[in-house]
Amino acid sequence: MSDTNAHSVRFVRQSMIPEQEPPLTEAGAIKWIRENLFSGWLNILLTVLSVAFIYYVLSHMLPWFLNTVWNAGSLSECREIRNATWGSDVPSACFAVIKDRWPQLLFGFYPSDYYWRPVLALVVFLAAIAPVLFSGLPRKMLWFSLASPFLMFFLLWGGTIWGPIVVASGFVLGYALFVGLSKAAGTLVGVIAAIVAPVIYWLAIAGPLARGLGAVLPIGLEFVPSDDFGGFTLSFIIGIAGIILSLPLGILLALGRQSDLFLINKVSVAFIEVIRGVPLIVWLFTASLLLNYFLPPGTNFDLMLRVIIMVTLFSAAYIAEVIRGGLAALPRGQYEAADALGLDYWKSMRLIILPQALKISIPGIVNTFIGLFKDTTLVVFIGLLDPIGLSNAIRATTDWQGLYWELFVFIGLLFFIACFSMGQYSLYLERKLQTGHR
Amino acid sequence: MKKSVILGALTIAGLSAGVAGAATLDDVKTRGTLICGVNTGLTGFAAPDANGVWAGFDVDMCRAVAVAVLGDATAVEFVPLTGQTRFTALASGQIDMLSRNTTWTFSRDVDLKFEFVGVNYYDGQGFIAPKALGVSSAKELDGATICIQTGTTTELNLADFFRVNNMSYEPVPIETNAEALQQYNAGACDAYTTDASGLAASRATFETPSDHVILPEIISKEPLGPLVRHGDSEWGDVVRWSLNAMIAAEEYGVTSANVAELAKGTDNPEINRLLGTEGNLGEMLGLDADWAERIIATVGNYSESFERNVGENTPIGLARGLNAQWTEGGLLYAPPFR
Repeated sequence: MSDTNAHSVRFVRQSMIPEQEPPLTEAGAIKWIRENLFSGWLNILLTVLSVAFIYYVLSHMLPWFLNTVWNAGSLSECREIRNATWGSDVPSACFAVIKDRWPQLLFGFYPSDYYWRPVLALVVFLAAIAPVLFSGLPRKMLWFSLASPFLMFFLLWGGTIWGPIVVASGFVLGYALFVGLSKAAGTLVGVIAAIVAPVIYWLAIAGPLARGLGAVLPIGLEFVPSDDFGGFTLSFIIGIAGIILSLPLGILLALGRQSDLFLINKVSVAFIEVIRGVPLIVWLFTASLLLNYFLPPGTNFDLMLRVIIMVTLFSAAYIAEVIRGGLAALPRGQYEAADALGLDYWKSMRLIILPQALKISIPGIVNTFIGLFKDTTLVVFIGLLDPIGLSNAIRATTDWQGLYWELFVFIGLLFFIACFSMGQYSLYLERKLQTGHR
Repeated sequence: MKKSVILGALTIAGLSAGVAGAATLDDVKTRGTLICGVNTGLTGFAAPDANGVWAGFDVDMCRAVAVAVLGDATAVEFVPLTGQTRFTALASGQIDMLSRNTTWTFSRDVDLKFEFVGVNYYDGQGFIAPKALGVSSAKELDGATICIQTGTTTELNLADFFRVNNMSYEPVPIETNAEALQQYNAGACDAYTTDASGLAASRATFETPSDHVILPEIISKEPLGPLVRHGDSEWGDVVRWSLNAMIAAEEYGVTSANVAELAKGTDNPEINRLLGTEGNLGEMLGLDADWAERIIATVGNYSESFERNVGENTPIGLARGLNAQWTEGGLLYAPPFR
């Protein structure tokens, strides 16, 4: 065949041509730009306008960011350095204030020798939350998660180690009673005993016992009063405590609202509607001001604890409604199937209903948590020195009066990191639990 | 344990609600610390430094009382309070005294049931405006937009001033001083009004202070001073005479530098009684004899505290003005120590 071809055709390629680059306009960045940014006159117009807008914003902000003064002791020093380096009409940020005061923004007035304690508490928290968040980790780590609230409390506030241990043993006591009595005398007796006995123990025995043990074996850390907490430590403690406590409470409220038991149903509805119907700031003022009138003078009922309780109740009401949405979205057949299997109420909830309802509710739950975390900045109005409150205090010193954006940029960045991670985790969880209903 | 504290507190609240803790002095002595309400941050008057140590003119007042009662100027627990929370905190007994640039007014004294023990700073409300606005008097501000802090007496003063002068204005209510300054500098309002001390302090931090003018009118009387609850006169006396000791010490020339020397005894009986070498004034107050000596040695006299925090050598640069001794044309006049 090749011979015939050789005579009749002037040229025949004997080998493959090497693969060639596609035409410049049909590949790579240029193709992408043509298709996505300049595909028609409307797109061209929008692209040009957007670029102009971005340029406008950046041209005003970037010089300010780039001409940052990092080493100065006061705002006037910042301005002198700027005048000497770039001239007096150049916009320039004075992030020296962050360099000077970042420990305060992060830890408030926590004694600087003990900064490792809030940091370690955060590490403990991350280690404790990891097995809850990621199911790939060994399940035994959950025991550590259960112990971690007491460990974190001990690390943050210090004092004798026996306080948290004695309180924790109340839970152990309750659990032991529940397990023991449920088998011997029925579930109801077990539940009642598991609630009553620890409460009596905490009220009557725990205090003297902790003091006694503390006197015999004085192990502990230096006590740090709540007044010394501030900055992001405060925001994190209020936020995380609120998040952790409000989820179980919210689930119970949601189930209560669905319940057929008249009293439980009405109490849940009333609680949710009252708490949700009043702004958080009002609850905070109630906690900080109104309560003071009812408590006898000199009562030391920690303001931070009051705020945590209020924030928890507030967010629990929202969580309850989010989860109720999840419960309502489940097909009726799921409830009926659970009943048909002969599961009792708690088992059907725990094994069938809640896993599905919670999965549906994840975006709403995380949304509420992010909102709760950011709402912690409202405590500035009741005089707690959270990052916003501290930024006011920092500006009140003669060194830094007149600064504004630098502090808020820093605070905003830290809040963004925390909230963005929460958002990303919720996306991860949704992908992981995706079982293909659509 | 936490839970037991709450429940215990609630029980006690039920049992003893309404039983006012009258003996604040004893409470403070038992507790070993003074709980003092201060501003969450006001330049020169109260602000925490990088180590969290509070300093300022109002803070010195707290320290003076602490050192007089407890002998330790650091034995103070500062409770930062906002304009909204300060009175409830005092009325409910959360704090022992309030030293938070609070104006002494009739209704606060009588209706809110507080006892203003004296005046540690005579202030007045003024205006600041850019020079470019071309205004030389507050009476030319007809129709202007004015930035104002909410929840303070300044709001009412401003309304009164404009009504009396038959002028109109548009208020721009703002929560904090820092935001108000930011708004003012951004041109959101023609003028900013607050206490004159605050205006001077703020102007000093502007890029070009000379572009702004503090208008000559002072439209209100703002006697700022420490206050305590009604119904505990012994405690009120302690705070009142701690303040008077500082003022009197300046008048008699007692300073932190020479107080140790003078405490050995002088030929001025007034100084002797003040410093406890003569008479038993301290005992009458329920304190020891050298309570005032300790105040002056640690905190200083009025002038020293003033110059250290807000005086002309600080960036705030306030002149004494009305806050000079009566002998120098001011209003400070401590009653005699006898």
